[in-house]
Amino acid sequence: MEILWYCVIAFMLAMYVILDGFDLGAGVLHLFVAKNEEERRTVLDAIGPFWDGNEVWGLAAGGTLYFAFPLLYASSFSGFYLPLMIVLWLLMLRGLGIELRHHVDHPLWKAFWDASFSIGSILLTVFFGAALGNVVRGVPLNSEGYFFEPLWTSFAIQPETGILDWFTALMGLVGITTLTVHGANYLAMKTEGSVQRRSRRVASVMVWGVLLVSIATLVAASSIRPEIWNNYADHPWGYFFPLAGLLGLTGMVLCNIRKQDILAFFSSATFIGGMLASTAFGLFPYVLPASTDPKYGLTVYNTAASEYGLGVGIVWWTIGIVIALGYFTYLFYSFRGKVRLHTEGY
Amino acid sequence: MEDALLLHRLQFAFTITFHYLFPQLTMGLGLIIVIMKGIALKTGNELFQNGARFWAEIFAVNFAVGVITGIPMEFQFGTNWARFSTFAGGVIGQTLAMEGVFAFFLESSFLGLFLFGEKRIGPKLHFFAAFMVFLGSWLSGYFIIATNAWMQHPVAYEVGPNGSVSLSSYWGLLLNPWIGWQYIHNMIGAVVTASFVVTAVGAYYLLAHRDEDYGKIFVRVGVIAGCFASILVAFPTGDGQVKNIVVKQPVTFAAMEGLFETAEGAPLVLIGQPDMEKRRLDNPLHLPKMLSFLTYQHWEARVKGLDAFPSDQWPTNIPLLYYSYHVMVGLGTIFIALMLAGTYLLMKGRLFTHRPLLWVLMLAFPFPYIANTAGWWTAELGRQPWLVYGLMRTIDGTSTMVSAGNTLFTLLGFIGLYFVIGLVFILLLIKTIHQGPAKTATAH
Repeated sequence: MEILWYCVIAFMLAMYVILDGFDLGAGVLHLFVAKNEEERRTVLDAIGPFWDGNEVWGLAAGGTLYFAFPLLYASSFSGFYLPLMIVLWLLMLRGLGIELRHHVDHPLWKAFWDASFSIGSILLTVFFGAALGNVVRGVPLNSEGYFFEPLWTSFAIQPETGILDWFTALMGLVGITTLTVHGANYLAMKTEGSVQRRSRRVASVMVWGVLLVSIATLVAASSIRPEIWNNYADHPWGYFFPLAGLLGLTGMVLCNIRKQDILAFFSSATFIGGMLASTAFGLFPYVLPASTDPKYGLTVYNTAASEYGLGVGIVWWTIGIVIALGYFTYLFYSFRGKVRLHTEGY
Repeated sequence: MEDALLLHRLQFAFTITFHYLFPQLTMGLGLIIVIMKGIALKTGNELFQNGARFWAEIFAVNFAVGVITGIPMEFQFGTNWARFSTFAGGVIGQTLAMEGVFAFFLESSFLGLFLFGEKRIGPKLHFFAAFMVFLGSWLSGYFIIATNAWMQHPVAYEVGPNGSVSLSSYWGLLLNPWIGWQYIHNMIGAVVTASFVVTAVGAYYLLAHRDEDYGKIFVRVGVIAGCFASILVAFPTGDGQVKNIVVKQPVTFAAMEGLFETAEGAPLVLIGQPDMEKRRLDNPLHLPKMLSFLTYQHWEARVKGLDAFPSDQWPTNIPLLYYSYHVMVGLGTIFIALMLAGTYLLMKGRLFTHRPLLWVLMLAFPFPYIANTAGWWTAELGRQPWLVYGLMRTIDGTSTMVSAGNTLFTLLGFIGLYFVIGLVFILLLIKTIHQGPAKTATAH
């Protein structure tokens, strides 16, 4: 049962990163691929109906984590207190940027919210990457399963870690490069003309950045936490996930060259899903390893809720998520195709 | 430790009080938009269609601010109340996760269709989208009330070997006897807010002699909805909720009413300031025997005062609790009088030209916000000193690893950010109202 819920939460988080990832990526690129008012409206229109629902995947994942693994929720949220609060503020500024920009027709008003949307998105992608880095590296858990990390200590990897050190900063780069390409693929798929052209170009260059930082991270992670390979040695079928990631990365390069925007977008989605699943597979059964003493590490077993709660949870969760996927299909179907200005929307 | 506790509490109180200014309008306005769109669909009246579009514009901004200020609420259970989350996450995590899976997905998906899809999906499906957004927001309210109800009146749990609680009955949690009155009371409170806001904007247009066709529609819809809601929020729902408290949290009830001494034929206090040193009310103005009658329908019934309970069980801030409750009840009474007067003149056909009452209705819209806020403060202060009533004290629920200095830092950050958000919201509201429904309709 705990394993099932581990998979559920990994699935929801992966959905969050793939879905909110494309609108975060669009935000990163907003100021760079869209130069004039019409192009900026096009970018915002491309994500307008979706971004809120995408973000709900993150919220729902948080809620699910809360009831399935209460101690993990409590420990990680209080331990990552400062970065989470900053993430909250950034999410607010960014959300306001998207929603409020079009309400006043004044160039300064628009410029301000464009910047808040874009800067918020950029910092968020870095923070999300760094957050994953913290989970892989481990945190200074005490015997009760709690910890607290300042934003940084000395940037070296040591028992008393900060949120940012060279490894998590590297993961932050993975976050921003990957989501930038993902967002660029999305914009290329949903737009035409100059925005599409610029997005394709960004994707074609940035994908090499993804490759570079991914390799660097792989090497670094293997030296910091060599245990992540144990699960692969014990259960070789797990190599499916990194292979899927590799397939996605190859697809990203090839489809970009062939201007197959839809396939490119699904390739980057596959890459993200594959890499996240690989990480989850390697970490298991740990959900939050300790940098202090391995025996303090939080696992799915010592943080899970009761058998009964997890049992009824799987019933309503399945029903709820099937309905939600229905909504999403309908929503994406209703707004399918390229964004056309002047007909509707902002 | 004391410092840290105070700051954790202040941050939660500040962020949730600010947050709830928005969902209360969302939930009430959602219903009113559905009503307007329903009338438009049935009669083909363009004014109602455009009126609904105008309110959808305000709804969108309000909803967005509600969503973004709502995210910190769920986060703070983990960030600031880690020991509480470890203790109770297995139970209240259920309702919070259900809110995400059942309500948020519904709301957010259909909101996209509602705001951007009117031309793509046609009027009938668009009405359906509006209805689903409304349904989603009311469903979300249910899960939040169910969560709060468990903290007020824990049921359906068992204590595990590690001291934390786990769920023992799914339906027991969802059908907690505390939920019924509190949920309906709260939702109708939201309708009161929305109907006052709709009325106020309508009254403004009538007083200013602009967009008068819309002004009449808004005042009519607002006053009728407001009349029903103002009455229902007091009786039977408010009354039912108080009786719930009498049985399940008698010490809270005594503190709310400012009743220091147990009495037969207890008086209902209208005015008076609690003096905690002398344990009495200063300059009390009261109706003799009324409290006994309202509570037990019997003039001589015995009502337990604070003296019947050990003082370590008393709510920690009795004066604030007492004021919150009395502000809510006092304003609620004024709402009924105001909306009854409005309905009377509406039926006589004189409301639209009755400038004095229109002035009052225009200026009255902040008060339901105050009443709703005071109502929630009553619920939350009344639960103190408990975080989970009878099971966990508030002081035992904080995050021990988060220092007071870090909490102060984030509290100040929230205050600054919310100040800006509040300013921007008011600016946009004024702009939209100033632009008016006729222009909003042509902009579409």
